[in-house]
Amino acid sequence: MILDVILFYGAALVALASGLFVISQRNPINSAFSLIITMCSLAVMFAMLGSGFIAVLQIVVYAGAIMVLFLFVIMLLNAKQEEGDRMGGIGRAGIILGIVLAVQSVMVVWQGARGLPANHRDTASIDVARGLFADPRFLYPFEATSILILAALVGAIVVARKEKGK
Amino acid sequence: MDGYTSTMNFFATAHASFVQVALAVSAFLFVIGAVGVFVRRNVITVMMCVELMLNAVNLAFVAFSRAHGTIDGQILVFFVFTVAAAEAAVGLAIVIALQRNREDLDVDSFNLLKG
Repeated sequence: MILDVILFYGAALVALASGLFVISQRNPINSAFSLIITMCSLAVMFAMLGSGFIAVLQIVVYAGAIMVLFLFVIMLLNAKQEEGDRMGGIGRAGIILGIVLAVQSVMVVWQGARGLPANHRDTASIDVARGLFADPRFLYPFEATSILILAALVGAIVVARKEKGK
Repeated sequence: MDGYTSTMNFFATAHASFVQVALAVSAFLFVIGAVGVFVRRNVITVMMCVELMLNAVNLAFVAFSRAHGTIDGQILVFFVFTVAAAEAAVGLAIVIALQRNREDLDVDSFNLLKG
């Protein structure tokens, strides 16, 4: 019980710290590795919130597949370190936006999260699978994702293809 | 009440509020990602900040799914995963095409459509 609390808060702290690392690093490789750490600690939080299936998917799909794709492209293009931050107009606008968003979200979470029902039921992965395959509400969205992935596959090949005679 | 019991009680109440902590972490991760999109120059880092925001939203979905005791939130997370995978594939293809044609990854240099 007490271990649960330590693990959850530790994962939350690691997620926030490595999230900050993602945007404070100049070298994209460092950002990518910090993002992998963020995703793994978010997977710990998912598991502690009782959705083990999503936690496993987070590790396999996000930390495994998507981030490897990112690292592949970073190393393929030999992405250099950035020189200097974008501290002109748009960078400053971003920081102001961040402060406003942070204040707003603290207010929303503070007000909204108090009224939430306290539920401690863990969901088994069979429940998620049953919801995905047997619930008629999710039938068409689930089929639509297959078309989305097919379209993304074709689009990625067309965009990244080397044109002949060039 | 001795110190140990009060400490345990504190942690017991803290345990009841996992959902609130998750929502707060989700909000802050989203803000970090949003700031990163504006502050970073490299296209690949900007895309990683978008992934960070998607992850923050996933955490909120899972937290609400926990609070309401339904699995709808987790199924939505599944859909976000597919959309994120598709987005990463197409986005990185665009990055490779940009590098091939412009030999530059700085977002400020892509201003062909700027009025």
